[in-house]
Amino acid sequence: MTGSEIKLETQNFDLYYGNFQALDDISLQIPANQVTAIIGPSGCGKSTFLRAFNRMNDLIPGVHTDGEISMEGENIFNMDVVALRRRVGMVFQRPNPFPKSIYDNVTYGPRVNGLRDRDKLDEIAERSLRGAALWDEVKDDLGKSGLALSGGQQQRLCIARALAVEPDVILMDEPASALDPIATLRIEELIRELKEDYTIVIVTHNMQQAGRVSDYTAFFYTDESRTGILVEFDNTKKIFTNPSDQRTEDYITGRFG
Amino acid sequence: MNEESEETMVNTTQDVAWQQTQSEAEAHLAKRRLTEKIAFGVLWAAGAVAVLVLIAVVGYVLLEGAQVIDWAFLTTRPKGGLSGEGGMSTTIVATIYLVGLTILIAAPLGVGAGIYLVEYAGEMQGTSGWQAHLISVIRFGVETLAGVPSIIFGLFGYALFVTTMKFGFSMIAAALSGACLVLPVIIRTTEEALLTVPRPYREGSLALGATQWQTNWRVVLPAAMPGIITGVVLSVGRIVSETAVFYVTLGGSYYMPPSPILHFRDFLTSGGRTMALHLYYLANDTAAFDKAMGTGAVLVVSIILINLAINYLSHRLNQSMRGEA
Amino acid sequence: MKLTYLVDRSIKYILLVCALLSVFILFLIAVFTLREGLEAFQTIGVGQMLSGTVWRPGQDQYGILAMILGSVLVTIGAIAIGVPFALGCAIFLAEVAPDNVRAIVRPAVELLAGIPSVVYGLVGMVVLVPMVRQIPVPGNSGYGLLSASIVLAVMILPTITNIAEDAIRAVPQSYREGAFALGSTHWQTITGVILPAARSGIIAGIILGVGRALGETMAMIMVIGNSVVLPKPLNDNPITIFLRQARTLTGNIAVEIGYATGVHESALFATGVILFMLIMLVNIAARMLMKERHA
Ligand SMILES: Nc1ncnc2c1ncn2[C@@H]1O[C@H](COP(=O)(O)OP(=O)(O)OP(=O)(O)O)[C@@H](O)[C@H]1O
Ligand SMILES: [Mg+2]
Repeated sequence: MTGSEIKLETQNFDLYYGNFQALDDISLQIPANQVTAIIGPSGCGKSTFLRAFNRMNDLIPGVHTDGEISMEGENIFNMDVVALRRRVGMVFQRPNPFPKSIYDNVTYGPRVNGLRDRDKLDEIAERSLRGAALWDEVKDDLGKSGLALSGGQQQRLCIARALAVEPDVILMDEPASALDPIATLRIEELIRELKEDYTIVIVTHNMQQAGRVSDYTAFFYTDESRTGILVEFDNTKKIFTNPSDQRTEDYITGRFG
Repeated sequence: MNEESEETMVNTTQDVAWQQTQSEAEAHLAKRRLTEKIAFGVLWAAGAVAVLVLIAVVGYVLLEGAQVIDWAFLTTRPKGGLSGEGGMSTTIVATIYLVGLTILIAAPLGVGAGIYLVEYAGEMQGTSGWQAHLISVIRFGVETLAGVPSIIFGLFGYALFVTTMKFGFSMIAAALSGACLVLPVIIRTTEEALLTVPRPYREGSLALGATQWQTNWRVVLPAAMPGIITGVVLSVGRIVSETAVFYVTLGGSYYMPPSPILHFRDFLTSGGRTMALHLYYLANDTAAFDKAMGTGAVLVVSIILINLAINYLSHRLNQSMRGEA
Repeated sequence: MKLTYLVDRSIKYILLVCALLSVFILFLIAVFTLREGLEAFQTIGVGQMLSGTVWRPGQDQYGILAMILGSVLVTIGAIAIGVPFALGCAIFLAEVAPDNVRAIVRPAVELLAGIPSVVYGLVGMVVLVPMVRQIPVPGNSGYGLLSASIVLAVMILPTITNIAEDAIRAVPQSYREGAFALGSTHWQTITGVILPAARSGIIAGIILGVGRALGETMAMIMVIGNSVVLPKPLNDNPITIFLRQARTLTGNIAVEIGYATGVHESALFATGVILFMLIMLVNIAARMLMKERHA
C-alpha cells in the first residue's frame, strides 16, 4: 500500500450481535481516493463491516465491538457519531429516497447541517445531481417526489444526496444489486468518476463489477466455526489474477459462494 | 441552466458551494445536540406525565375509596335518598348480571360474524358481483358501528327496546343496547385471532375430508380461542365501565335484581344500577363523594383485574403462536 | 354425507346473518333516531334548531347552538391540551424509550384507556374543579369548559397515542437509516423524516380522538356545569370563555331524555341525529386517511 495515503484503518476489529460474533479480528487499511471492494459469500459480514465505518450498527440493539477503527488517525468511536456520519456517507443496497421532493432529498443533508441559504442550497442541489449524473433527467422537475423516479434514478438520487453533504468517504452496500444492467453500468461509471474526490468502499456480490470498478479488494469469508474473517486484502488485479489464498481463488473462479 | 460539462463539475473540490469550517461544524453540532437533549427531555416528561396521571387518578380513587370500603359497604344495599347512605352490594350484583346477559347476547353473534368474515368471505372476495359487494357493506357496517358514540346506542336502545318494544328500563333493554356497543369489539378481535391461525391447519383438516365447518369447529376455533376470549374480556371491561348507554336504558333502581335462575322473566324486565351508574348518581345527585370514591375504587380494581387478564391472555396467545411457528 | 353437507351449508348462512347484523343495527339506529327526531325537525325546523341560541323546553324553544358550541369548544380544548401530550408519548414510546421503560409506559397508557369515564368525571369534580376554581376571574366556578377539556384530554390520550405510535413504527427502517447516514441527529431524523412520513396516520389518530371527544358523555356532564346558555368569555379576555359553564350535545341528550316527552323528546333525538352525522363525518375522514396510508 505504498504511495497512497490511508483514509480508514481497522485494527483487530471484532463485532458482536449479542453473543454472535459477526466480525473476527479484522485489520486492514483503506487507501484514500481509491475504490476498495469488499467481496465474499453471503452472510460473511460484508455489510456489517461496511456499516462499522459510519457506526450504523449503533442503531441495532445488542451490538458491541472490540478493537479500533480510525479515520485519518482519529478513533471513530471517540468522535461524535453525527460528525462522523457527515464525513462518511452511505448508499444503501435498496434505493431509499425519502418520501419528499427530489430537491428536498438532495438538500436534506446540508439543511440538517445548518445551511439555510436558498441560493447555496440550489447550487448544491445542482452540483450534487450533476455529480450523480442525474441532473439532466430531473432538472425540470425538482419538485417531483423522489419515489416517482425509476429504481436506477432513485439510486443515483441517493448518491446525489450523499454527495451533497460533501463527505470524505462514501460507503456503498451493493448499490447496483436492485438495478438492471444499464442502470448498473451507469452507477459503475459514476463510481469511477467519484473516486477523484472521494474514498469509496463498495460491497458487491458481482465479481466482474469488483474487477471493473475497484483498485483494491478485500475478500471476506465465513465457515462453520467463524464468521467475518478477512482472508486476503490486496490490489484488485493481484486478487483476481494471482490470489495467495486457495479460498480466494475458489471463490473467484466460482467454485463456491 | 448553464451547460458545464459533467467532468468539471465533479472534479472541483476547490470551488465548493458550501464549505463549513471545522469550528463552524462543531458549533452547529453542539447546538443540534443541545436541541436534541431538550426535545428528548420533553418526550421523557410526556411519558412520565402519562404514568403519573394514571398513578394519580388510580391512587387517589383507591386511597379515598379505602376509607369507606369495608365488609358492610360491599354487602349492604344503597339506602337511596340524597345522602347516599348504605353500601353497594346490589350494584355489584347488577353489574355482574348485566355483563353476563350482554356477553351472552353479543359473544355468539360477534364471534359468528368474525368467523364469516375471515373463513367464508375470503373465498368470495375473488368473485365479483353482489357477494363481494355484500362483504364490503358488512365491513363498512362493522367499522362504522365501532365509531358510534355510546350515547347514540343509548338513545337507540331507549327508542327501540325501552319504549317501542315496551321492555321499559330493564336488564334486557340495557343488555341489548350494550350488545350493540360491544359487537364490533368482539367481531374485530375474533377476526384478528382467526387471521393468526396458520393456513396449513385448515388445509390439513380439509385434506382429510372434513367439511369447512368441521374444520372451523375442531381446528380453527380452538387455535384462535385465546384471542377470541381476549375480545370477550375486553367487552366485559367496556360494559363494566360504560355508563351513558345504561343511564338511559337501565333505569337506576338500587334494589337487588331478581335472580336470573329462579325468576328469569322478572330478571329480564327488572331495572337496575351498575357500579358505574351508582358512582354517577352518588357524585352528581347526592353530595356523597366518599361513597362515590368507594364505588370508584371497586370499579377501578375490577378494571385493573380485567386488564391483567387481557395481558395474560394475549401473552399466552403470543407464546402459543411462537411455539407453533 | 348428504347431512353433513347440509349442515355445512346452513351454518354458513347462519354466520352470514350474524355478519349482516352490524349493518342491520346501523340501519335501525339511523331509522329510529331519525324517526323519533323527525317531529322536532318538522315542527321546529332544522335551521331553527341549529341556529337557535335558546334551549327552553318548557317554552318550546329548542335551539341547540349553545350545545354545538359547547361540544366544539371542549373538543378544541381537549385537542389543544391532549394532542401535544399524546404525540409526545407516541414519539417517546416509538423512538426514545428503552425497552424496560416502554414496558411500564405502554401498559399505563392502555390502562388510562380502560378507566371508566365516570371515574374521570369523579376525580375531575373532586380534584380538578377546585383547582380550576382558584383561577381568579369573577364568575369562575371551576365547573366549565376548561375542566372538561383537561379531563377529555386525558381520555383521548390513549386513542391518539396508540394510533400515532403505530404510524411511527410503520415508517420503514430504511428512511431512518438514510437520515442518520446523512449526519442528522436522532431528533432531526424524527422531525425531518419520520414524522412527515407518518403524517397521515398521525392525523387519522387525531381525528379519531376528535370523534371520541365529541362522543364522550358522562365525564362531561360531571365537570362541565351543564349550562344551556351560549358560552361567552367571562371578561374582555376571550380565553376566559373556557372558564364558562357549558353543555355538550351528548350531555344534553343524557340529562333530559329520562323525563322528556313530546316535541322535547323528539328534539333530543334530533340532537342525536346531528351528533351522529358530525361523528360519522369525522370517522369517515379518519378512515380515508388510514386507507391512504396502507395503499
Ligand atoms: N441485526 C442482526 N442481528 C443479528 N445478526 C445479524 C444481524 N445482521 C446480520 N447478522 C448476522 O451477521 C452475519 C453477517 O451479516 P451481514 O449482513 O454483514 O452479511 P453480508 O456479508 O452482508 O451478507 P449478504 O451478502 O447476504 O448481504 C450473518 O450471519 C447475519 O446473520
Ligand atoms: Mg449485505
